[in-house]
Amino acid sequence: MILHPAVLSLMTMSLLVGIMVLLAGAVGVRILISWNIKSGSELQLSLERQTYLVSTILAYTFVFQILSLFLYIYTADNLHGLFVGAMCAVGTLNVNEYGYPVLMLKVLNFLLAGTWLIVNYADTQGFDYPLIRAKYALLLLIAPLVLFEAYEQYQYFSGLHADIITSCCGALFSQDTRNISGDIAALPARPMAIVFFAAMAATFASGLVFYRKGRGGWFFSAASMVAFLVGVASLISFISLYIYELPTHHCPFCCLQKEYGYIGYALYATLLGGAVTGLGAGVLMPWRNRGSMVRVIPKLQRTLTLATVILYLLFTLIVLYRMKFSALTLGW
Amino acid sequence: MNKAIERHKNILEFSLSSLLRRKTKNASLLAIYTLIVFAIASLLFFLSALKRESILILKDAPDMVVQRMVAGRQDLVPLVYAKEIASLRGVRKVTPRLWGYYYDAPSGGNLTVMTAAMPAGFIKIGSGVSRLRRATVADVIVLQSYDNEVPLMLEIKEVLPYESELAAADLVIMSDLDFRKLFKFPQGHATDLALTVANSRELSTLAEKIVDRYPDARPILKSEMLRTYDSIFDWRGGMMLVMMIAAVLSFIIFAWDRATGLSAEERKEIGILKSIGWETSDVLLLKFWEGAVISLSAFFFGVIAAYVHVYFFSAPLFQPVLKGWSVLYPQFKLVPAVDAYQLGVLFFLTVAPYTFATIIPCWRAATIDPDAAMRS
Amino acid sequence: MNMISLTNITKSFHVGKASHFVAVNDVSLDIAPAKVTILKGPSGSGKTTLMTLIGCMARPTSGRIVLSGMRAAWMTSEDPSGVEITSLPERFLNDIRRRTFGFVFQQFNLLKGISVLENVMLPAYPTGEDHHVFAARAGELLEQFSIARHAKSPVEWLSGGELQRVAIARALINDPAVIIADEPTAHLDTALSREFMTIVGTLKQAGRTILIASHDPIVYDSPLADRVVEMRDGVITSSGPKL
Repeated sequence: MILHPAVLSLMTMSLLVGIMVLLAGAVGVRILISWNIKSGSELQLSLERQTYLVSTILAYTFVFQILSLFLYIYTADNLHGLFVGAMCAVGTLNVNEYGYPVLMLKVLNFLLAGTWLIVNYADTQGFDYPLIRAKYALLLLIAPLVLFEAYEQYQYFSGLHADIITSCCGALFSQDTRNISGDIAALPARPMAIVFFAAMAATFASGLVFYRKGRGGWFFSAASMVAFLVGVASLISFISLYIYELPTHHCPFCCLQKEYGYIGYALYATLLGGAVTGLGAGVLMPWRNRGSMVRVIPKLQRTLTLATVILYLLFTLIVLYRMKFSALTLGW
Repeated sequence: MNKAIERHKNILEFSLSSLLRRKTKNASLLAIYTLIVFAIASLLFFLSALKRESILILKDAPDMVVQRMVAGRQDLVPLVYAKEIASLRGVRKVTPRLWGYYYDAPSGGNLTVMTAAMPAGFIKIGSGVSRLRRATVADVIVLQSYDNEVPLMLEIKEVLPYESELAAADLVIMSDLDFRKLFKFPQGHATDLALTVANSRELSTLAEKIVDRYPDARPILKSEMLRTYDSIFDWRGGMMLVMMIAAVLSFIIFAWDRATGLSAEERKEIGILKSIGWETSDVLLLKFWEGAVISLSAFFFGVIAAYVHVYFFSAPLFQPVLKGWSVLYPQFKLVPAVDAYQLGVLFFLTVAPYTFATIIPCWRAATIDPDAAMRS
Repeated sequence: MNMISLTNITKSFHVGKASHFVAVNDVSLDIAPAKVTILKGPSGSGKTTLMTLIGCMARPTSGRIVLSGMRAAWMTSEDPSGVEITSLPERFLNDIRRRTFGFVFQQFNLLKGISVLENVMLPAYPTGEDHHVFAARAGELLEQFSIARHAKSPVEWLSGGELQRVAIARALINDPAVIIADEPTAHLDTALSREFMTIVGTLKQAGRTILIASHDPIVYDSPLADRVVEMRDGVITSSGPKL
């Protein structure tokens, strides 16, 4: 295990957040069992007070997830020197089988926490808390995932052992223990680019339709999620090539570094942001026409749709900008 | 949107006045918080600066160093090895190195002795040695040689500049001849061999070949040295951090206690706020802003204090831990190496735990029943 | 027409425990708009609890409370039958309370350590209204009650009567339709008590509904009182001239 300060901080915080979310989950169970908005009993009042605790915990968890995602990547990058063959974060994450799953879990938990907050917002706008059961059911999904992520992260870090000089033969034993591929599986560039622009176009189109006419919400949300996945794959497949101006450099993390103008942050912020709002808009669909939500959800969904479209548009523009002004030209 | 901003502004303003109204309580919290940030930040800054220095120093290290092991301990390398290794394909140059440690009885310090092309009888010394022996250019230092003959009289030709303190404070550079005299060093041997290689990708193959030919040889690659140093720093840093965890934990408990222990006065205040129309979420926001102001202030002051501590004063508070029994401790000025990543790690080690520790107490405070104010 | 209607309201505390007690027991009451209603009764009679229920500060254990003649932001149109507030979640209840009710407490409940002006403005902070707008309103209220010269003074410097007026000014900052006062004259001498009732008269004339809990004869015997409701042990024992 590498006793790096960053590693310690990530693990402690994951544990703390895990405990908090577990607590929130316990409250959620109580609420699912005993909630009755019509009742004025002390239990009901106490449960209503506890909902504030849950939403506070989830809000902090949401912020924490995104920060820890970037801290995790940066730490992996920072530690690459300790492993033979690792050139950057990609290599470090490949050291054992937990590296990438943890990354994906962090992204997933970020998206879920964001979605929960959106659902929570809609719910509190309705005077009869119509979404309460769905909300806490979602929480019961999030809590174990967060704990699982903490566990996997622990497994990852404790399984990291630096390739240092051994007592007898420096080079020999340390170099042939494993073969870390510095490569990351990348899909062919040209087809990927077509798929990317198509996915974005589909999202924009369906978003506009949904915004204006209020129809096709499910399709729009699905399109935005597909666009998110395609966006990530595209980053690895061809966008990275333009950023690094090298036909073989596919690393999705190097663009977060100073030498590339921190462009990675802009790309990930817009892509992740758009994904959260797009997912949120879709999750709210089933309650669109129910009771007090009639006045709340459609309006909220329009705002979310607009946010998704704008964020994805920004993402696409940044990509186009890099493609236009890159020193690299791929023969399209 | 505007309404939301106004609401935040108003509540933030009230939270500031709230904090100022309870100066003593908040001052002690702020002081301890700042201290924790200071301690951890100092550690992080110090470590990363040292790492940086080590990377810079190792930049000029040879691609590969070949040592010889006898029964698991490092022994002298016969110069015959050098010739053989030089003939391997891919090896550009083999330089036998003479260096060692000399215990200076009168001062009690350990000196690192290296050789260079120099006239016999002259030495260059590091500033630490100069301080230790209270000698400077043109002075003569006497070193007892290993063969118990007449001691070596060596004139100081040059004192190495202050900037090289970290690496060279305990250094004594002399000629090959004097070195062999000093240590009664056997002819035909060297301490180790430094290799320059044509293609760095071939390093591991070459290492294999060397061990093949000389099973008692231990080749060490520069990359391994770097990794090992990195590891040690991380490990050492981590150890210190683990020790600090005790401090951080007590701080968390303290923070929790502070946040939970609302005085009757505070409790009444919140009851009043809720009775005049503040919602639970408004009071939560108030508590959030109070916490944020304290956290940001502590972070800010702690970081600045740590910066000054490490980069202006060279971390005197860590000296006893790092110095150990060393008599010869370099006086060095570290180069500032603070980046956003470090601040992020610091944030996760200080502000984040504090924030999470106060979630439940703040919520408890915010959910005080408004009608409690009616029946005071 | 502003009317507050309570039907079979019960409020119990610590249900199922040894300390269980019923503060308000099956009370039904209608509060008429633009009139002064007095709740009379000894301490422990439940009148304070009843006022917290009427004033949207607490939820009843059982029963219904309906407010009519007011419009909540989340309603599509003014509902003639009124809004049932019994099971509204806190933020909605709070929203209604903020715009409809102003409270004057027995102990005044002003925040120590901040100025008079700030005290008066406090209820408006979380509404998101522009600071300048409600600061101006607060200033006007202080003028109206002749305490403008104390605007920047800390509340500790003021006399009992002045504090009373600050408390009333604060209750009025969000321009509420209903004023609820709990034993307002408990710490005042006769002269100041009469002065208080004069202020009540002004508020009544402005069309506000006033609800006062008091066992002070200056209050309940005042000609301004339109109705006196007597309570004992959580139950209404008598109800004065109905309108």
